[in-house]
Amino acid sequence: MLDSHRQNLPLAPGVGYKPQHFADIMDDPGPVRWLEVHAENYMGAGGRPLAQLRALAERFAISVHGVGLSIGGEGPLDAAHLERLKALCAWLHPASFSEHLAWSTHDGAFLNDLLPLPYTQATLGRVCDHIDQVQEVLGRQMLLENPSTYLGFAEATLEEVAFLTAVARRTGCGLLLDVNNVFVSAVNQGFDPATYLRQFPLELVGEIHLGGHAGDEGDHGMPLLIDTHGTQVADPVWDLFAQTVAQDGARPTLIEWDNDVPDWPVLRAEAGRAALVLATAGAQVMA
Amino acid sequence: MSQSVFAHAVLTPEAPVPPGLVDPLGRPAPRRFDVYRNNVAVSLVAALEEGFPVVRQLVGEAFFAAMALVFLRAHPPQGPVLSGYGAAFPTFLEQFPPVAHLGYLPDMARLELLLRDSYHAADAVPVAADALAALPVAALLASRTLLAPSLRLLPSRWPVQAIWCAHHDGSADAPMQAGDVVVLRAEFDPRPHLLPAGGLAVIKGLQAGLTLEAALDAAPGTDLAGVLTLLLGARAIVEVRR
Amino acid sequence: MSYQAKSFAIAGALAAALSAQLAGPAQAQEMEKCFGVSLAGKNDCAAGPGTSCAGTSKVDYQGNAWTLVPTGTCTTMELPDGRMGALEALKRDLPA
Repeated sequence: MLDSHRQNLPLAPGVGYKPQHFADIMDDPGPVRWLEVHAENYMGAGGRPLAQLRALAERFAISVHGVGLSIGGEGPLDAAHLERLKALCAWLHPASFSEHLAWSTHDGAFLNDLLPLPYTQATLGRVCDHIDQVQEVLGRQMLLENPSTYLGFAEATLEEVAFLTAVARRTGCGLLLDVNNVFVSAVNQGFDPATYLRQFPLELVGEIHLGGHAGDEGDHGMPLLIDTHGTQVADPVWDLFAQTVAQDGARPTLIEWDNDVPDWPVLRAEAGRAALVLATAGAQVMA
Repeated sequence: MSQSVFAHAVLTPEAPVPPGLVDPLGRPAPRRFDVYRNNVAVSLVAALEEGFPVVRQLVGEAFFAAMALVFLRAHPPQGPVLSGYGAAFPTFLEQFPPVAHLGYLPDMARLELLLRDSYHAADAVPVAADALAALPVAALLASRTLLAPSLRLLPSRWPVQAIWCAHHDGSADAPMQAGDVVVLRAEFDPRPHLLPAGGLAVIKGLQAGLTLEAALDAAPGTDLAGVLTLLLGARAIVEVRR
Repeated sequence: MSYQAKSFAIAGALAAALSAQLAGPAQAQEMEKCFGVSLAGKNDCAAGPGTSCAGTSKVDYQGNAWTLVPTGTCTTMELPDGRMGALEALKRDLPA
């Protein structure tokens, strides 16, 4: 199982797809071998979004990344939304499908943010039930991504790595390791990101995310980082990524850039930097 | 702590921060909770700004942002696909006193919703005009047409089509003529077109499965050539059934 | 409308559409159609601007407390009657 999902996406850099880059990506992809799209932007019946996706899928492996399923929600999963995901996957046959360890919908209202979860046995049971349902309906393994968090829960009883490992072992899902999220959460929650990554079950990881963050200030003058995806990947995040790759953690690696999206050459250069790091691990990557 | 308490507080700035949310030292962390409040509000305001660009230009950026905050707290999205967000916005505008003097604003919001809807609608292969021209006129009058799935209709008494064009591509020369609008998507880019009087009824008749002749009889006096030229020009007729 | 009038109208519309097609560009290829402006509807998974911004503003619509007025093109756009703000609706009922 683990080897099969490693084979799905190429062991090379990918980028989060933005429609304004369509022509540039087709013309000069550089080291980019795969693209990730947010599932919810491709749930129409036709038109340019699906035409672009069809054209891209002929040349690149595609990863579908859901941002609205609310897997950590207290209520049941949105069955209609799950069917839309199923239809998209059936049409596109993406190399990977992933979602977040977070919630975003409550009582029918979609709040459009990845909201945090208390890591408790009750949450664990609910998340596992929802992932079982997703994998059952989609008929495939999914990857679950570690979130960026800005606060903690007094009621939490489990560490995040232990929680994610338990989810993967119980449900058979894989994990999506967002190294920037690890760094952001580590600063915000006061833990050591290198220790987190040493404990992380890399053998369950099917994909890595890298993205940019911004600095802010939390309560009591403590530092607070925000997962803005609005700038280059920060140096400490590159360092953590290199350490992870060195631990036999080379995986298909995505550059995410969602706000203040730059011209294509800037994004392509970030992908090139990821390609170099992957190449140091002996991966078959053309930089 | 339940998610209903969290969700309510995240949408309600004056609500207290839910208990049990802490910083690394276990202390209450209201500024950290505000990050989530900001993410929700700012991302949904941005979605409305992108979804209603002409309404935004009409009322100005600062006013739109403030109004969008009021709207999203009363009407958060009812599902995770944001391309459909804002269905309640036209009715909200009708009832929002600070824009009560801008009578055309709700219809402009309706038009922008329909344009988005059309943009994501299914593709269809049009009937070639020369294939239609090869048919006897009598056969055409007795035929039923299937119209493109991306076609949308907006009944209106305001010049929303002209105002939209003036804002979208600066074609300010368009006469400020009021009337019903049809949204047509020749390729992938939907555009609004002003319908001649009676045109809306004819198209509705065709959509309901009437023959061309019956649809015309239901709206006597309609500029049929004008309506058909619009539909054919934007490749909106996808099938003709004898 | 007489049958003959309808027939003329159809013939005229077809002629207009045919000449427009002849004069206009051929139908774009699939790939060319992909290049173009993408409309709104963006879901993404990035976070907003942090701890301080209007998202936490307590200002809501409460009658007299609301001081903002529209300042966009609605105040400047030129209309035939020169009264954009008080633009009159078309004086007829909505079509059935």
